[in-house]
Amino acid sequence: MNNPLEMPAEAPIKKKILLKVFGLGGAGCNAAAFAAQSASNEVQFLAVNTDSQALEACPAPAKFVLGAGRTHGLGAGGDPELGRAAAEDDVEKIRSFCAGADIIFLLAGLGGGTGTGAAPVFARVARENGALVLALVTLPFDFEGNRRQLQAQNGLQQIKAAADAVICLPNQKLFKLLDEKTSVVDSFKISNGLVAEGLRGIWRLLTQPGLVNVDFADLCFVTRDRHTASLFATAEASGDKRVEQVLEKLLAHPLLDGGQALNESDSLLVSIVGGPDLMMAEVHKLMEPLNRQCENAHVIFGAVIDETFSGRLSVTLIASRQREEPVPLPRSLSPDNVESLHLLNTAANDRPASRFIAPPPELSAEQKEQLMRGQTARSRKKLSRLQKELPLEIVFKGRFEKSEPTIRRGEDLDVPTYIRRGVPLN
Amino acid sequence: MFDSTSIIVGLEMGTSKICAVVGEINAANALNIIGLGQARSRGVRKGEIADATLAGEDVRNAIVEAEQMANVEIRSVYLGVTGNHIRGFNNHGVHPVVSADREITLEDTQDVVKNAKAINLPVDNTVIHAIRQHFQVDAQHGIQNPLGMYGAKVEVDVHVVHGHVDRLKNSIAVVRGLQLEVEEIVFNGLASALALLSNEQKELGALVIDLGAGATDYAVSCDGIITHTGVLAVGGDHISNDLAYGLKVPLGRAEQLKIERGGAFVEEALKGQTLSSAGDLGLPAKIINLEHLRRIMSLRLEEIFELIESDLSALGLLDRLRAGVFICGGGARIPGIQTLASNIFQMPAFLGKTNSISGLKSALDQPEFAAAIGLVKFGSLQQKRKPSAGLADGLKKTFAEIFRR
Repeated sequence: MNNPLEMPAEAPIKKKILLKVFGLGGAGCNAAAFAAQSASNEVQFLAVNTDSQALEACPAPAKFVLGAGRTHGLGAGGDPELGRAAAEDDVEKIRSFCAGADIIFLLAGLGGGTGTGAAPVFARVARENGALVLALVTLPFDFEGNRRQLQAQNGLQQIKAAADAVICLPNQKLFKLLDEKTSVVDSFKISNGLVAEGLRGIWRLLTQPGLVNVDFADLCFVTRDRHTASLFATAEASGDKRVEQVLEKLLAHPLLDGGQALNESDSLLVSIVGGPDLMMAEVHKLMEPLNRQCENAHVIFGAVIDETFSGRLSVTLIASRQREEPVPLPRSLSPDNVESLHLLNTAANDRPASRFIAPPPELSAEQKEQLMRGQTARSRKKLSRLQKELPLEIVFKGRFEKSEPTIRRGEDLDVPTYIRRGVPLN
Repeated sequence: MFDSTSIIVGLEMGTSKICAVVGEINAANALNIIGLGQARSRGVRKGEIADATLAGEDVRNAIVEAEQMANVEIRSVYLGVTGNHIRGFNNHGVHPVVSADREITLEDTQDVVKNAKAINLPVDNTVIHAIRQHFQVDAQHGIQNPLGMYGAKVEVDVHVVHGHVDRLKNSIAVVRGLQLEVEEIVFNGLASALALLSNEQKELGALVIDLGAGATDYAVSCDGIITHTGVLAVGGDHISNDLAYGLKVPLGRAEQLKIERGGAFVEEALKGQTLSSAGDLGLPAKIINLEHLRRIMSLRLEEIFELIESDLSALGLLDRLRAGVFICGGGARIPGIQTLASNIFQMPAFLGKTNSISGLKSALDQPEFAAAIGLVKFGSLQQKRKPSAGLADGLKKTFAEIFRR
C-alpha cells in the first residue's frame, strides 16, 4: 500500500501529521477518555459506542452513537455480528470521521459486541481512506468466560487482517499487577491506563523526529504477521540511576512475564525518549542487557530527544514472537466448530454483512454427486489430520524401567540409541 | 599396626563393582598402595544407591578383603560419588585490594576466594568441591600466587561441583552403617583425573572419561587446573541393556556377549557373521548376528562421546586439550574404544594408566581401579596438606564440605 506519509519531492514544508484516536465500545471509550486527559490538542479523540447511555457517562470530548437505527442506542448485547452490522450501517459517517487523518488509532476491548464487531469495519474504512491504522486492543480476563475469549480471538484475527498493526494486551496478565485488595473498577482502570500509556508511547515514537528514527514501517515489521499477541511495556525513571531503574522496571514488568517474554520474542522494538542530557553511555548501558535478554530477536532501536524530558528517561518496548501458541479452546466447542466459525468470519470480513441468503443453485444429479464426493473426501482428510499417531513400538527399558530416566535434550537416553536414531537391524 | 593417620582408603561404590583401595604414606612421604578389595555390586543403579542393604553388604565384603590384603584395620574412607544429579560450573570472585600501598596480602587472597565461593545453588544442593583456579590481578591473567604482588583488584575463578544433598547422604549413610567414618566425599570424575594425569598432561590440557557401568564421569584439566566436570548417567549397563533388547537375549547373556564379542566398531570382516549359542539341551538355541551386536554397541558409545563432545565444544574447551583424551573405567576395555574416541574428539585418545603411584603394580594397572586409586591420591594430598596449610600442587587447594550429621 502507498505510504501517505511520503511527501512529494517538491513539497517544501513538511505537512503536519494528523492523528485521530477512536475508542470503540465500552472499554475503548474509557481508554480513549483516559488518554484524552493527558493528550495535546493535535490529537482528535472520538468515543464510539452502540450504547447511548454508556456513551453519555463517558467523559470523552467527542462522541458518536453507532448504528442508532439498528440498536436504538441500546448496545450490541455482546454480539459481535450486531456490532459489525451497526458499523456497516454507519459506514458513510465513519468515512467522514476518518477524512484527513494520517494515522488512526483504534482502541477496543475485545470480547464484547461493539468493540469486537465494529473495530474491523473501522479499520477497513480507515485504510480505504488512506490512513495508517494501528489497533490497540485488550483481551478479556479469564473469568469473563470461554465464549468471550473465543469471540475476542476471532475478532483479533479479523482486526489483524484489516489493520496495519495490532498491539494486544491480554487482561489476564494484569493479575500480576493487582493485589488482592484491588477493586474491579480499579483493575479495569489499570487496563485502560496501560492502553493509554501504550498509545502515548507509540504516538510519541511515530510523530517526534528521532535521533535514530523509528517509523511506522518499523512498527509494522514488529507487529505484523505475528500470530500471538504483541506485548508492550513502558517504563520511566529520572535521576542519576535512571538507566538502572528503567531496566529494573522493564525486566520486572508483569506484561513481559518478568523478562521471560523477551527471551522468547523474535522481534523487538525499543524506543528511548530522553532529554538533551541523554548520554551515549546510557543508551549503551540500556541496550546491552536487553540485547542479551533476547539474543535471537531482531531488535529495532530508536531514540528521541525531547526538551521536556530533561533528566528523565522513558523506554517503550514492543515485543512479539513468531511461534504460534495454541489458544486454549473452550471445552464446549470442538475443533471442527471453531474452524467453521473462523472460516465464516474471514469470508464475511471481505464484504459487508448481509442478511440476504442466496437460494441454492440448480444442480444436475451428476454435479450433486460430484459435490458430495468432494465433501466426504474433505471431511476424511480433516479427520485424519486430527488423528494422533500412536507409537509403533513400545520400548521397554529393561533394567532401567524403574530408575529415574536420564533425559538429555529431550531424549530418554535409557532407550537404546539404535532405536532412537532409527537404525534398522535386519 | 600402622598409625591410622598414614593409612588412606579410597572406596568407590560403582554400579558393577564396589572397590576399596588401601594406600599408605611411607617414610619417604610417598604414596604406596598396599591393599585392594572388591565385591560385585548389587545395590547400585546409575551410580546411585538403589538398595542400601545390599550395597552395605557389598561394601563390607570389599572392605574386609582390602583389610586382609593390606593387614590393616580400616576406620575411615574417602568416598567416591557420582550420579546424574552432580553438576560442575565455574564461578568468579572479585575483591578490591584495600591496603594503602596496594600490596596483595594473605587476607586479600582469602577474601577473594571467599567471594568466589559464595554461590547461589538450588535449595537441595550442596557443594562437593570448590576448586580454586588461577588468580587474576587487574588485567593480568593466569597468576598462580598473587601474594606480595601489587594491584588494585584481585579476581579468582573457582570450579564448583555440586550435587543433591539427600542422594549424597544415601551413599554416606551406607558407609556409616558399617561403623566407618567418611573423611570426605569426592567426585569420581575428579578422582580419575587425579589418578591418570601427570602434571605435564594437566598443563597441556586433557580430558579424562571414566566409562563406568552406571554412569560416565568426565573432567577437563587445562593449564594445570580443573576447568570442567560432568556426569552422564549412561554407561556399560546401558550397552548390556541395549544388546538384551536388540538381540533378544537375557540380560546376563547380553553382558557376557558384550565382554566376549564386543567392540567399538562394526568391522568389515564381521558383516554377515553369526554366532549360534547352545541352549540348555545342547541344541543350537539362538543365532546372534555379530554385525547387529557391534552396531548396537558402537551407536551407544558414539552417542556417549558425542554428548560429551558437544558439552565441551559449547564451552570452547576442545581446542585447549593438547594432551588428548584419556579413557578409564570398565568401558576402557572395549576393543577399539580409543580409535572411536579419537575419531569423535578429533585428537589423540589413550587408555589411562595409573602410573603415578607405586605399589602392587600389576594388580592395579587396570582401568576399572582408576577412580578408587584417585580417591587414595586425593586423600594423601589432603593429609599432606594438613600439617602445613600451604598451597598444594596438583589439584591445588580443595575446599571440600565434609558431611557431618
